[in-house]
Amino acid sequence: MPEPLFYFFSLLTLIFGVGVVINRNPVASALCLVASFIGLAAIYVSLNAYFLGTIQVLVYAGAVMVLFLFIIMLMDIRAEERRKFNLVAVGGGMVLVIGFLAMFSSVVSGFKGGEQRLSQLPLDTTKSDVVEIGKTLFTDYTFHLQIVGVLLLVATVGVVVLSRREDRPSAPHEAP
Amino acid sequence: MTLAHYLFVSGILFAIGLAGVIVRRNIIIIFMCLELMLNAGNLSLVAFSRFQVANGLPNYNGQMLVFLIITVAAAEVAVGLAIIVALFRARQTVHVEDLNSLQG
Repeated sequence: MPEPLFYFFSLLTLIFGVGVVINRNPVASALCLVASFIGLAAIYVSLNAYFLGTIQVLVYAGAVMVLFLFIIMLMDIRAEERRKFNLVAVGGGMVLVIGFLAMFSSVVSGFKGGEQRLSQLPLDTTKSDVVEIGKTLFTDYTFHLQIVGVLLLVATVGVVVLSRREDRPSAPHEAP
Repeated sequence: MTLAHYLFVSGILFAIGLAGVIVRRNIIIIFMCLELMLNAGNLSLVAFSRFQVANGLPNYNGQMLVFLIITVAAAEVAVGLAIIVALFRARQTVHVEDLNSLQG
Protein backbone atom coordinates (compact mmCIF):
# COMPACT_ATOMS: atom_id res chain seq x y z
CA MET A 1 0.00 0.00 0.00
CA PRO A 2 1.36 3.46 -0.84
CA GLU A 3 2.48 5.55 2.07
CA PRO A 4 -0.23 8.27 1.84
CA LEU A 5 -2.93 5.59 2.15
CA PHE A 6 -1.33 4.25 5.32
CA TYR A 7 -1.41 7.73 6.89
CA PHE A 8 -4.97 8.31 5.68
CA PHE A 9 -6.31 5.10 7.22
CA SER A 10 -4.25 5.50 10.41
CA LEU A 11 -5.60 8.99 10.91
CA LEU A 12 -9.13 7.75 10.14
CA THR A 13 -8.77 5.02 12.78
CA LEU A 14 -7.31 7.34 15.41
CA ILE A 15 -9.66 10.31 14.82
CA PHE A 16 -12.75 8.14 14.97
CA GLY A 17 -11.26 6.41 18.00
CA VAL A 18 -11.09 9.79 19.72
CA GLY A 19 -14.65 10.36 18.53
CA VAL A 20 -15.78 7.27 20.46
CA VAL A 21 -14.42 8.79 23.66
CA ILE A 22 -15.54 12.41 23.31
CA ASN A 23 -19.02 11.99 21.82
CA ARG A 24 -21.79 12.57 24.33
CA ASN A 25 -24.34 10.68 22.27
CA PRO A 26 -23.84 6.87 22.54
CA VAL A 27 -25.21 6.29 19.02
CA ALA A 28 -22.59 8.66 17.59
CA SER A 29 -19.95 6.83 19.63
CA ALA A 30 -21.03 3.50 18.20
CA LEU A 31 -20.91 4.84 14.64
CA CYS A 32 -17.43 6.29 15.29
CA LEU A 33 -16.40 2.84 16.49
CA VAL A 34 -17.60 1.32 13.19
CA ALA A 35 -15.58 3.86 11.20
CA SER A 36 -12.53 3.23 13.36
CA PHE A 37 -12.78 -0.54 12.84
CA ILE A 38 -13.14 -0.10 9.09
CA GLY A 39 -9.96 1.98 9.06
CA LEU A 40 -8.28 -0.76 11.05
CA ALA A 41 -9.46 -3.37 8.51
CA ALA A 42 -7.83 -1.29 5.76
CA ILE A 43 -4.56 -1.28 7.73
CA TYR A 44 -4.80 -5.09 8.03
CA VAL A 45 -5.19 -5.26 4.24
CA SER A 46 -2.10 -3.07 3.88
CA LEU A 47 -0.26 -5.70 5.94
CA ASN A 48 -1.40 -8.40 3.47
CA ALA A 49 -3.74 -9.91 6.08
CA TYR A 50 -6.73 -9.98 3.73
CA PHE A 51 -8.59 -12.65 5.67
CA LEU A 52 -8.33 -10.77 8.96
CA GLY A 53 -9.42 -7.53 7.29
CA THR A 54 -12.54 -9.26 6.00
CA ILE A 55 -13.23 -10.86 9.39
CA GLN A 56 -12.75 -7.48 11.06
CA VAL A 57 -15.40 -5.87 8.86
CA LEU A 58 -17.82 -8.81 9.12
CA VAL A 59 -17.53 -9.46 12.85
CA TYR A 60 -16.87 -6.01 14.30
CA ALA A 61 -18.47 -3.60 11.87
CA GLY A 62 -21.30 -6.05 11.27
CA ALA A 63 -22.23 -8.24 14.21
CA VAL A 64 -20.76 -6.50 17.24
CA MET A 65 -22.01 -3.07 16.16
CA VAL A 66 -25.56 -4.32 15.67
CA LEU A 67 -25.44 -5.69 19.24
CA PHE A 68 -24.20 -2.36 20.60
CA LEU A 69 -26.85 -0.37 18.72
CA PHE A 70 -29.60 -2.69 19.99
CA ILE A 71 -28.48 -2.17 23.57
CA ILE A 72 -28.21 1.60 23.12
CA MET A 73 -31.89 1.63 22.12
CA LEU A 74 -32.64 0.64 25.73
CA MET A 75 -31.04 3.74 27.15
CA ASP A 76 -32.15 7.30 27.62
CA ILE A 77 -29.76 9.23 25.37
CA ARG A 78 -30.82 12.63 26.73
CA ALA A 79 -29.85 11.56 30.28
CA GLU A 80 -26.33 10.83 29.07
CA GLU A 81 -26.06 14.21 27.35
CA ARG A 82 -27.02 16.01 30.57
CA ARG A 83 -24.19 14.39 32.52
CA LYS A 84 -21.03 16.40 33.07
CA PHE A 85 -17.52 14.99 32.73
CA ASN A 86 -15.92 14.14 36.05
CA LEU A 87 -12.89 16.44 36.12
CA VAL A 88 -10.93 14.24 38.54
CA ALA A 89 -11.40 11.26 36.22
CA VAL A 90 -10.40 13.35 33.18
CA GLY A 91 -7.24 14.60 34.90
CA GLY A 92 -6.27 11.18 36.20
CA GLY A 93 -6.98 9.61 32.82
CA MET A 94 -4.84 12.17 31.01
CA VAL A 95 -1.90 11.64 33.40
CA LEU A 96 -2.13 7.86 33.00
CA VAL A 97 -2.43 8.05 29.21
CA ILE A 98 0.47 10.49 28.82
CA GLY A 99 2.60 8.27 31.07
CA PHE A 100 1.64 5.23 29.00
CA LEU A 101 2.43 6.98 25.71
CA ALA A 102 5.79 8.25 27.00
CA MET A 103 6.80 4.76 28.11
CA PHE A 104 5.48 3.21 24.90
CA SER A 105 7.32 5.61 22.61
CA SER A 106 10.58 5.16 24.49
CA VAL A 107 10.26 1.38 24.18
CA VAL A 108 9.31 1.41 20.48
CA SER A 109 11.95 3.96 19.47
CA GLY A 110 14.63 1.85 21.18
CA PHE A 111 13.42 -1.31 19.42
CA LYS A 112 15.92 -2.20 16.65
CA GLY A 113 13.55 -4.52 14.78
CA GLY A 114 11.17 -1.60 14.33
CA GLU A 115 13.30 -0.14 11.54
CA GLN A 116 12.58 -2.88 8.98
CA ARG A 117 10.73 -1.52 5.98
CA LEU A 118 7.70 -3.23 4.51
CA SER A 119 9.16 -2.91 0.97
CA GLN A 120 12.26 -4.89 2.03
CA LEU A 121 10.12 -7.90 3.00
CA PRO A 122 8.32 -9.01 -0.15
CA LEU A 123 5.76 -11.79 0.12
CA ASP A 124 5.28 -14.75 -2.19
CA THR A 125 2.31 -13.50 -4.19
CA THR A 126 1.55 -16.92 -5.67
CA LYS A 127 0.35 -18.17 -2.25
CA SER A 128 -3.16 -17.26 -1.19
CA ASP A 129 -3.59 -15.75 2.27
CA VAL A 130 -6.82 -17.60 3.01
CA VAL A 131 -5.40 -20.96 1.92
CA GLU A 132 -2.37 -20.56 4.19
CA ILE A 133 -4.55 -19.46 7.13
CA GLY A 134 -6.85 -22.41 6.58
CA LYS A 135 -3.90 -24.80 6.51
CA THR A 136 -2.49 -23.40 9.74
CA LEU A 137 -5.87 -23.27 11.44
CA PHE A 138 -6.77 -26.87 10.66
CA THR A 139 -3.34 -28.39 11.31
CA ASP A 140 -1.51 -26.60 14.13
CA TYR A 141 -4.53 -24.96 15.72
CA THR A 142 -7.31 -27.55 15.46
CA PHE A 143 -7.56 -27.99 19.21
CA HIS A 144 -7.80 -24.23 19.79
CA LEU A 145 -10.49 -24.01 17.13
CA GLN A 146 -12.53 -26.70 18.90
CA ILE A 147 -12.15 -24.91 22.24
CA VAL A 148 -13.30 -21.64 20.69
CA GLY A 149 -16.32 -23.47 19.29
CA VAL A 150 -17.20 -24.71 22.78
CA LEU A 151 -16.65 -21.20 24.15
CA LEU A 152 -19.07 -19.74 21.61
CA LEU A 153 -21.68 -22.36 22.51
CA VAL A 154 -21.27 -21.62 26.23
CA ALA A 155 -21.51 -17.88 25.55
CA THR A 156 -24.71 -18.35 23.53
CA VAL A 157 -26.34 -20.44 26.26
CA GLY A 158 -25.12 -18.00 28.91
CA VAL A 159 -26.62 -15.02 27.10
CA VAL A 160 -29.96 -16.79 26.78
CA VAL A 161 -29.94 -17.61 30.52
CA LEU A 162 -28.87 -14.07 31.47
CA SER A 163 -31.51 -12.31 29.43
CA ARG A 164 -34.40 -14.55 30.48
CA ARG A 165 -36.93 -12.73 32.66
CA GLU A 166 -37.15 -14.15 36.19
CA ASP A 167 -40.50 -12.59 37.05
CA ARG A 168 -42.35 -14.02 34.08
CA PRO A 169 -46.10 -14.47 34.67
CA SER A 170 -47.30 -18.07 34.73
CA ALA A 171 -47.15 -19.81 31.37
CA PRO A 172 -50.44 -19.89 29.43
CA HIS A 173 -50.77 -23.69 29.53
CA GLU A 174 -50.94 -23.56 33.33
CA ALA A 175 -54.01 -21.33 33.21
CA PRO A 176 -57.26 -23.11 34.03
CA MET B 1 6.40 1.98 6.21
CA THR B 2 8.39 0.55 9.08
CA LEU B 3 7.20 -1.74 11.84
CA ALA B 4 7.52 1.19 14.25
CA HIS B 5 4.85 3.13 12.30
CA TYR B 6 2.33 0.35 12.83
CA LEU B 7 3.33 -0.08 16.47
CA PHE B 8 2.82 3.63 17.09
CA VAL B 9 -0.66 3.55 15.57
CA SER B 10 -1.43 0.54 17.75
CA GLY B 11 -0.08 2.23 20.88
CA ILE B 12 -1.99 5.46 20.29
CA LEU B 13 -5.19 3.51 19.66
CA PHE B 14 -4.62 1.61 22.90
CA ALA B 15 -4.06 4.91 24.74
CA ILE B 16 -7.33 6.29 23.34
CA GLY B 17 -9.16 3.21 24.56
CA LEU B 18 -7.50 3.44 27.96
CA ALA B 19 -8.47 7.12 28.26
CA GLY B 20 -12.05 6.24 27.37
CA VAL B 21 -12.26 3.49 29.98
CA ILE B 22 -11.02 5.87 32.68
CA VAL B 23 -12.81 9.07 31.67
CA ARG B 24 -16.25 7.89 30.54
CA ARG B 25 -18.90 6.88 33.08
CA ASN B 26 -21.35 5.20 30.73
CA ILE B 27 -20.84 1.45 30.91
CA ILE B 28 -21.67 0.92 27.23
CA ILE B 29 -19.03 3.47 26.15
CA ILE B 30 -16.55 1.81 28.53
CA PHE B 31 -17.30 -1.46 26.79
CA MET B 32 -16.69 0.11 23.35
CA CYS B 33 -13.36 1.47 24.57
CA LEU B 34 -12.40 -2.02 25.75
CA GLU B 35 -13.04 -3.23 22.20
CA LEU B 36 -10.81 -0.43 20.94
CA MET B 37 -8.00 -1.63 23.22
CA LEU B 38 -8.42 -5.24 22.06
CA ASN B 39 -8.18 -4.07 18.46
CA ALA B 40 -5.04 -2.08 19.19
CA GLY B 41 -3.48 -5.31 20.47
CA ASN B 42 -4.65 -7.11 17.34
CA LEU B 43 -3.05 -4.48 15.12
CA SER B 44 0.35 -4.94 16.72
CA LEU B 45 0.02 -8.73 16.40
CA VAL B 46 -0.79 -8.46 12.69
CA ALA B 47 2.12 -6.03 12.19
CA PHE B 48 4.60 -8.33 13.93
CA SER B 49 3.27 -11.27 11.91
CA ARG B 50 3.78 -9.40 8.62
CA PHE B 51 7.30 -8.30 9.49
CA GLN B 52 8.47 -11.85 10.32
CA VAL B 53 8.66 -13.14 6.77
CA ALA B 54 9.98 -16.66 6.19
CA ASN B 55 10.00 -18.20 2.66
CA GLY B 56 7.78 -15.40 1.39
CA LEU B 57 5.08 -16.09 3.97
CA PRO B 58 4.25 -14.01 7.05
CA ASN B 59 4.31 -15.70 10.44
CA TYR B 60 0.79 -17.07 10.56
CA ASN B 61 0.92 -17.84 14.29
CA GLY B 62 0.28 -14.15 15.02
CA GLN B 63 -2.68 -14.08 12.66
CA MET B 64 -4.11 -17.20 14.29
CA LEU B 65 -3.93 -15.46 17.66
CA VAL B 66 -5.78 -12.46 16.18
CA PHE B 67 -8.43 -14.79 14.76
CA LEU B 68 -8.95 -16.39 18.18
CA ILE B 69 -9.02 -12.97 19.88
CA ILE B 70 -11.69 -11.70 17.48
CA THR B 71 -13.81 -14.80 18.16
CA VAL B 72 -13.43 -14.54 21.92
CA ALA B 73 -14.10 -10.79 21.79
CA ALA B 74 -17.36 -11.40 19.92
CA ALA B 75 -18.45 -13.89 22.61
CA GLU B 76 -17.35 -11.45 25.29
CA VAL B 77 -19.41 -8.62 23.76
CA ALA B 78 -22.50 -10.83 23.66
CA VAL B 79 -22.15 -11.89 27.31
CA GLY B 80 -21.20 -8.39 28.48
CA LEU B 81 -24.14 -6.76 26.77
CA ALA B 82 -26.48 -9.40 28.22
CA ILE B 83 -25.13 -8.52 31.67
CA ILE B 84 -25.68 -4.82 30.93
CA VAL B 85 -29.28 -5.54 29.91
CA ALA B 86 -29.85 -7.51 33.12
CA LEU B 87 -28.25 -4.67 35.09
CA PHE B 88 -30.42 -2.10 33.35
CA ARG B 89 -33.55 -4.10 34.15
CA ALA B 90 -32.59 -4.29 37.82
CA ARG B 91 -31.29 -0.74 38.36
CA GLN B 92 -32.62 1.37 35.42
CA THR B 93 -29.19 2.91 34.85
CA VAL B 94 -26.03 2.33 32.82
CA HIS B 95 -24.00 4.98 34.65
CA VAL B 96 -21.19 3.42 36.69
CA GLU B 97 -21.40 6.01 39.47
CA ASP B 98 -24.98 4.96 40.18
CA LEU B 99 -23.85 1.34 40.62
CA ASN B 100 -22.38 1.58 44.11
CA SER B 101 -24.33 -0.98 46.12
CA LEU B 102 -21.16 -3.01 46.77
CA GLN B 103 -19.41 0.03 48.30
CA GLY B 104 -21.01 -0.76 51.64
